[in-house]
Amino acid sequence: MNELAALREEALGKVAEALDLPTLEQLRVAYLGKKGALTGVLKTLGKLPPEERPAAGAAVNAAKEAVQAALEARQHALQGAALEAKLAAEAVDITLPGRQGSRGGRHPHAVTMERIVEIFRQAGYAVAAGPEVESDYYNFEALNIPAHHPARAMHDTFYLEGREEGAAGDPRWPRLLRTHTSPVQARIMEATAPPIRIICPGKVYRVDSDVTHTPMFHQVEGLVVGEGISMAHLKGTVIEFLRVFFNADDLAVRFRPSYFPFTEPSAEVDVECVHCRGAGCRVCSHTGWLEVMGCGVVHPNVLEMSGIDSERFSGFAFGFGPDRLSMLYYGVDDLRLFYENDLRFLAQFA
Amino acid sequence: MKVSEGWLRCWANPAVDSEALEKQFSMAGLEVDGVEAAAPAFSGVVVGEVTAVAPHPDADKLKVCTVADGEGTQQVVCGAPNVTAGMKAPYARVGAVLPEGFKIKKAKLRGVESFGMLCGPDELGLSEERYGLMVLPESLETGADLRDALALNDTIFDIDLTPNRGDCLSVRGLARELAVLNRVDFRAEPCPAVAPTVDDTFPVTVTAPEACPRYLGRVIKGVDVTRPTPDWMVERLRRSGLRSIDPVVDITNYVMLELGQPMHAFDLHRLSGGITVRLAQDGDRLTLLDGSEVSPAADTLLICDDAGPVALAGIMGGERSGIHAEGEALTQDIFLECAYFSPLAIAGRARRFGLFTDASQRYERGVDFALQQAATERATALLLEICGGAAGPLSGFEAPEALPKREPITLRAARIDALLGTAIPGETVEDVLTRLACEVLGEGEGTERTWTVTPPSFRFDLEREADLIEEVARIFGYDNLEVALPPAALTLPREDDGVVPAKAFTQALLGLGGQEIITYSFIEGTWAEAFCPQASLLPLANPLSPELAVLRPSLLPGLVKTWQHNRNRQAPGAQLFELGTCFEAGANGSVQETQRLAGLLTGPRAPEQWGVASATLDFFDAKGWVEALLALSFDSAAFTFEPATDPALHPSRSAVVKRGEVIVGVVGALHPELAQRLDVPGQVYVLELSLTALAPRRVPQHGGLSRFPAVRRDLALDVPKAVAAGAVVAKADAAAGPLATAVRLFDVYEGKGVEPGRKSLALAITFQASDRTLGDEEVDSAVTAVREALAAAFDARQR
Repeated sequence: MNELAALREEALGKVAEALDLPTLEQLRVAYLGKKGALTGVLKTLGKLPPEERPAAGAAVNAAKEAVQAALEARQHALQGAALEAKLAAEAVDITLPGRQGSRGGRHPHAVTMERIVEIFRQAGYAVAAGPEVESDYYNFEALNIPAHHPARAMHDTFYLEGREEGAAGDPRWPRLLRTHTSPVQARIMEATAPPIRIICPGKVYRVDSDVTHTPMFHQVEGLVVGEGISMAHLKGTVIEFLRVFFNADDLAVRFRPSYFPFTEPSAEVDVECVHCRGAGCRVCSHTGWLEVMGCGVVHPNVLEMSGIDSERFSGFAFGFGPDRLSMLYYGVDDLRLFYENDLRFLAQFA
Repeated sequence: MKVSEGWLRCWANPAVDSEALEKQFSMAGLEVDGVEAAAPAFSGVVVGEVTAVAPHPDADKLKVCTVADGEGTQQVVCGAPNVTAGMKAPYARVGAVLPEGFKIKKAKLRGVESFGMLCGPDELGLSEERYGLMVLPESLETGADLRDALALNDTIFDIDLTPNRGDCLSVRGLARELAVLNRVDFRAEPCPAVAPTVDDTFPVTVTAPEACPRYLGRVIKGVDVTRPTPDWMVERLRRSGLRSIDPVVDITNYVMLELGQPMHAFDLHRLSGGITVRLAQDGDRLTLLDGSEVSPAADTLLICDDAGPVALAGIMGGERSGIHAEGEALTQDIFLECAYFSPLAIAGRARRFGLFTDASQRYERGVDFALQQAATERATALLLEICGGAAGPLSGFEAPEALPKREPITLRAARIDALLGTAIPGETVEDVLTRLACEVLGEGEGTERTWTVTPPSFRFDLEREADLIEEVARIFGYDNLEVALPPAALTLPREDDGVVPAKAFTQALLGLGGQEIITYSFIEGTWAEAFCPQASLLPLANPLSPELAVLRPSLLPGLVKTWQHNRNRQAPGAQLFELGTCFEAGANGSVQETQRLAGLLTGPRAPEQWGVASATLDFFDAKGWVEALLALSFDSAAFTFEPATDPALHPSRSAVVKRGEVIVGVVGALHPELAQRLDVPGQVYVLELSLTALAPRRVPQHGGLSRFPAVRRDLALDVPKAVAAGAVVAKADAAAGPLATAVRLFDVYEGKGVEPGRKSLALAITFQASDRTLGDEEVDSAVTAVREALAAAFDARQR
């Protein structure tokens, strides 16, 4: 039986030293296969006296089991190592940048406009639009700004060529680029019976160009007409909008009397400077306030010119420049940059 | 309008400080644009009296002066040419600090000691001009602090008035506002009539009484125009932003600032015959006081004498008849004009001549039509006091029926409350309107109360009930009005599901890597013509520059210009898009505005990076953008691409996009010649689509999903090179029969292995039935049908 023990030790030793799966298979065949060494020992049991056979058989089986277990353990270890090696070989450099397609983005003005429109749409305002080439009638007359009115000096108007053409009284002449979105008010009131609740975003034009003026800019006009609409409602709406827009429920807002021919009373709206929260800084010229909007109660002349009974209905209107709000929101100090479309500029907001 | 607080306080003196006044003005609709001190900060400067002047031993231009400063005398070396013994001038003592922190120390000038400095107005920051020492009135007490003596601790408000408040273009008007806001007395100085001492008058004829309902004049004889304007007047003018010119002009300016009435003084002997106020006629020419020559249009009101025009009424006087206060032929007798011109007769006229004068500004907005007599008396009294002379009687022209009327307006308490959303007490309404100089007659009680309100002659902006309500709100304070949200029915917004919203197009292009841009709606004329030679362009009458002169007929010039701008700044490429309005002239002066969406692609398809072979954008990237946009309509099959003949595009690399027979737009490479001309070399691909044609949308309908397997068969064929792949796919699709669910082109190849003049196409056809698994025979026969059809139509050979 010493022979058996030696054989077992030899097998276990060889299994432990095996470095790959084929070697392991050869060992399995060499010791445990049909013609294997341990199997061979089992075949010699018949030569033993019958009383010794059971014990010897058990010993051989134990040796076979031990070798089998060692083989399995070794196989498992070698398989794990092979997988590990394979995975290690598949490594990627996770610090390399991800694959990129072209990346664009929205124009910052468009983002601001859309945000404003969404705020009002959620409150049930409909979106209205009008032409950008307007007639003198809708841009001025219908808004209570007759020819020679001094308020026209506040609007440096672009006219189309052929200013003198057109029959006198033809409301399409002279043709001009609208100086504000307010003509949409007049068009809507002419075509719609109250109640009216609209917002009109769009491009407007004035002969002006410096760091805070561009000859084309955006405006958003709001109009509410109905029974019992008052200046208190105007104040409430404007304050609500500005607080939502600037994300500040405690934002101070003030109303100063002003003058627009199409509203009476008229007001300019200032908000507490969103940069310094009213303390005074470069952005607000150290006043603590930023002028952001013009508004007022719709002038009865304007309602009447649009065929609305000014005794029964009243309304309010407000208009403001989202470009200026973009400027404040994004910290841009030259308005003209927005229309230069330098990709390096635009990429900052994409 | 610039106004000094000190002057205002002579008329209304509320017990509030400058800062509070500034806020009051702004919050009452009289926006304070700027606040400045009447004089910059300086200290230690007193009224000095020069008691003796001796020459400097070593310098011709310097004098050694003895100056009394109330405490003693000091030796001061002075270089001013106008220093004389006996004069009073500002004296900065040793230790004084002048503006900008300049400290006065004991000094030696060319060996002579100097204790302090005699000052000119420029050195004290009171004038830009340098002309030697500032001559102080003898009446000032020697040694008095100069700031007190000249009331320099004053504030100047620069008030930006809205066009409706012409009445506030005067001290009188602004002071009234202060009085109303603070509920204090308004002290209007009376302007007593000056008794005439000579009988001279000058004839006045008015042929345009509607434009000039009142024209008063007065002859003043024997005035001495060489007398200096008194310092107090010069100083008040200065603080209002006006320079002193000569005493007569200064006085008319002063009265204008004080009362709001523009006036003009003519040299009587430079007028001939008499005054005629008339509308301009052909051939009228006039040289104005500023030297410019004008030929006024027929609706311009002129002041003329027998020799022709002498002034643009309400705008500016003429050179020929002006006051001569210097040189030869000094003015001795003057004719003082004080008129009421109707705002409509003046409005807009000054702008035509590029003028904006103090007079035109006031007349355009409306001058108090009850003021002319008082203003003339005020100016006469000042003239006699300052320049001497003898006044004639007040005479002139008046058409009372042509003067503005102030009709009574009915104001209802209930209407005030309704429009303001705030209950305003009746007493407040009455108090505000009465203080604003309206006549107010009340009737009824509570919300039934009504008032009959007659506005004063100087308020041109109070015509309707709403105007009065604004006045009540303004003085009551906008910030004191209630705040509420408007009540409204909770209607839900309607949305047309038959139209793709513009935002969806934007999102699609953003997803493809496009950068949105916004460019000006006006472009350079040559660009507009280069891109759209057929378009009826709309040029601006008054463009800002030639680059911004024509309304864009297409978005493409703006996109290309943007690419040019970025290319010049080293951008490697661009994928841009813009959504906006394009303009073309229509029939009969109409304007066609179309909403369009356009894009530009050039340069690398993706940013340079590891792991992705660099590739350049081509036609099919641009077409890919178009297809992505078309897909939003769920109607892609309705769109076709046909060769385009757009002059701005490459003739064999461009397509016109149609939806049925409607042209939606174009896609293609910029014509190389044009690209070269516009300095954007390389392949630039563009697309431009009409949103109106693109936007109609079908609502997609579910087509059912088959439970049975699909069979794919690939076909490799070659066809002559000129055959359009699109036509092959369409033919295959038609020939494959109803069992084919998709025909896809998955390869196009030319070159080695393909006969020259031909190209190889690879098609994948998918077959599937909804009710059974397809058998080989069915599929084979369909594929055979496709092969035969393609062979017949295109000479397609199987490979």
